[in-house]
Order: sequence, then structure tokens, then C-alpha cells
Amino acid sequence: MVGWKVGVVAESRSETPSGRSIILEVPGWGGNIAGQHLDARVTAPDGYQAVRAYSIATSGDGDRIQLGVDRVQGGEVSPYLVDDLQVGDALEVKGPLGGWFVWKPEHTQSVQLIGGGSGVVPLMAMIRSHRATQSAVPFRLLYSARSEEHTFFRDELAQSSPALDVTLLYTRQAPDGWPRAAGRVTKEDLVATTFPADISPSVFVCGPTPFVEAVASTLVELGHHPLMVKTERFGG
Amino acid sequence: MDGHVDGNAIAGVMSDIFAFDVTTARARCRTCGAVAALAQDMVYGGEQGYVVRCLGCEDVLMVLVPEPNGMRMQMRGIAWLEVPRPV
Repeated sequence: MVGWKVGVVAESRSETPSGRSIILEVPGWGGNIAGQHLDARVTAPDGYQAVRAYSIATSGDGDRIQLGVDRVQGGEVSPYLVDDLQVGDALEVKGPLGGWFVWKPEHTQSVQLIGGGSGVVPLMAMIRSHRATQSAVPFRLLYSARSEEHTFFRDELAQSSPALDVTLLYTRQAPDGWPRAAGRVTKEDLVATTFPADISPSVFVCGPTPFVEAVASTLVELGHHPLMVKTERFGG
Repeated sequence: MDGHVDGNAIAGVMSDIFAFDVTTARARCRTCGAVAALAQDMVYGGEQGYVVRCLGCEDVLMVLVPEPNGMRMQMRGIAWLEVPRPV
């Protein structure tokens, strides 16, 4: 049984107009694999509790982890995490969870990451693990965000990194002079910017359910084997 | 059907029932015979109860309902569950 642990907020940073990254110090956490998530539990003064799953943007040993959280309008937990949780506050967490949507440095297959909105968070853990281990495995990220200001980890993703290729697509508003007009990810985008099916890449797709389903079914149409396309949906 | 997530979302609640990560276990649907990791299947609901549906035919594989004494799991749609050998 994984059980609940109490984390303390060590740092917190605004990432987008609706999103925040939170660094938690969780005594006894003991490390996690890139791509895993946790359950966070918040308790109201009247004792009412709510639990939601959040992806972890970091991996490796240690008790310090980073979460990326996007505010869900009318949500029970995310508005509290994004707007109210302060440095020094406690947060109950259970994890690390999930052994399916994970990447380990010993995997040698080329990796295609595809994220929508805050779905980039577990993919960021994979990118950081890839970078930290100086892995030569070819990595590509296709990241669909609403606009430039809605891009999580913008500065870090702009840094060049060997064996990593990053493509940003914007759904609502593209920066001036951007080569592609704003719009949802299309089949043509996937053909132009992602690894082709014939090299059998491991594909990780994370984001809102409609985004994940649209992208995953198009990838299968393009010849990717369904078992090579791992998905994680977070509703929406 | 709308409003679902996937089996990754129940890793936490399932960790109270199984000592291993059950989302990586493969389950065979009793209705259509499709085999998938639980992480791939569709999950509806939330803390008030989860319904896990087959990725292939959308029939119910498993239901998790909180009861006063703990979590009750009904696996009526699962023909078998294959648990990965620990590494």
C-alpha cells in the first residue's frame, strides 16, 4: 500500500495565466520514474476531502518533486493549488503512481512525445531524465498550447539540447511571424513534425481526453502500432 | 461516450487494494475478448465510484465503489488479469 505522505511547498512559480509549477519536499517520497503521477488530497475545514491526480515534472531519486497544475474552472482541487497554496504550506500526496506511462533511460527506442496544454508535464519529466542521463536516444516533442503565454516550461524548452527536437504549435494565438497559423494539431502536423511509424518510435500522448483521442487515432491511421502509442488522459 | 479519462487515473485508489501497480496488468474483456493494460481502458466517474470500460467494446470491465468499510471492487467484465512479473 502506497499510503499518504505530507509534502511541504518549497517553491511555487506561475507558468501560465492559469497554471503553476509547485516544488514539494516530501519526506519519504524516495524518488519516481519519469512520467509517473501522484494523487493530491485536500481537506476543507468541514472535513470534506477531495482527491485528484497530478503529473510530476521531475524524476529520479530524492524527496523533492515538481508538479505542474492547470486551473480547471469550477474544479475542487486545482484552483486551490494554483491560487491559494503558498510556500511552506502542507499538501497530502500519495505516490509515485502508475507504471504504464513512463520512460526509463535504459529504453533505446526513439521517443515521440506529444502534449496538449498541461499534458506536457509528465513529458517534461521524460525530457529532463533524457537530458540528465545525457541519453543519445532521439527525442522529439510536439507541444500544442493555447498561445505562447500558455506554454508551460517555456524557457527550459527553448534551450537547445542534444538529441531533442521541440516543435510548438498554438491552438488559439500564434506569435507574430510564426510559420504555422493557430489551430488544433492536424494529421499534416503529425506527418511533418513527428517520427514516422516505420522507425517504430515509442509514442507518449498526454492531454485533455479529446486531444489524446484525436491524436492517438490519427497516429494509428498513420501506421503506428496501437501498443506503441501510450496515452494519458486527464478529462476536459 | 464523453467525460472519461483512462486507467492511469485509478492507480492511486487501486494501490489501496493491490500491493503492485495494477494499471500495468493486462485484462481480457469477457464480452469482446480485447486485451489491454488497465491503464489503456476508459475510466468514468470519480471518488464517488469508478467504472472501467473496455477500450474495444465499451462494456463494463470493473466497478470500484467506496463503502463505509473500504473500497469494493467488482470485476464482472474481466475474463482474466495478467500481472507483469516483478523486475
